[in-house]
Amino acid sequence: MVPLSWYLIFAAGLFSLGLFGVLARRNAVAILLGVELMLNAVNINLAAFWRYGTITNMAGQVFAIIVFAVAAAEVAVGLALVISVYRRHNTVVADEIDMLKW
Amino acid sequence: MTIAQIIFLVVAGATLGSAFMVVTSRNLIHAALWLVATLFGVAVQYALLNAGFLAVVQVVVYIGAIAILFIFAVMLTRKEIRDQGPQLNSSWWLSATLSVVTFGGLVGMLWGWKDMAHTVPDIPPGFDSISALGDALVSPDAFVLPFEVASILLLAALVGAVYVAFNRK
Repeated sequence: MVPLSWYLIFAAGLFSLGLFGVLARRNAVAILLGVELMLNAVNINLAAFWRYGTITNMAGQVFAIIVFAVAAAEVAVGLALVISVYRRHNTVVADEIDMLKW
Repeated sequence: MTIAQIIFLVVAGATLGSAFMVVTSRNLIHAALWLVATLFGVAVQYALLNAGFLAVVQVVVYIGAIAILFIFAVMLTRKEIRDQGPQLNSSWWLSATLSVVTFGGLVGMLWGWKDMAHTVPDIPPGFDSISALGDALVSPDAFVLPFEVASILLLAALVGAVYVAFNRK
């Protein structure tokens, strides 16, 4: 069978790619795509630790489902904010959305 | 090398490759479609981990709802994906270094861990993970409170999203 460490390294790679996307992309929608990759990496870890730990303890899968719900909420609010900012300021570039700056 | 290991390596390679395309492709519609491929690869990993319910929810919620929402958002902010400016900001090399350092730190931490080659435990006979998950989600001495709080969070987020994106004119 697949060793646990393979899943953890795979999830670490997915997390790092998502981190790069969040930090380096200019488009706000692309930043949210990176956040999705990071949340998925965390979910893989939760499912892997559930499978390789005590399998009758469902905490890992339950926590993964809570992460699904939080991810759906985050995407809904985040994309609504991006669309609202685009409508008012005609830009989705994160560097140009600096209305809160002095 | 067993069949499961080969399947894992192929799917993990394809998933990481499409995740790389998500963060680097210039056209945001392409990035969103690569995200669908990535999410599908993660769903296959859930299936390999015997987490059937998570695999189905991944396809239905992530691919069916969240990825489609992304494509809608890209189309509603269409002007920006056509512009020819750089898609990465000026300090992208700093971000790349930071992600490589994060990856190296995580792998280095795993390297010194004694349960590194932990093998998978057998599923006890008669154990049904989906019914156990359903029991855990609604049982008062398990996770009914986090489950209800998550549903309230989702409702509040959806009402907030409608309010924020509402066009007052």
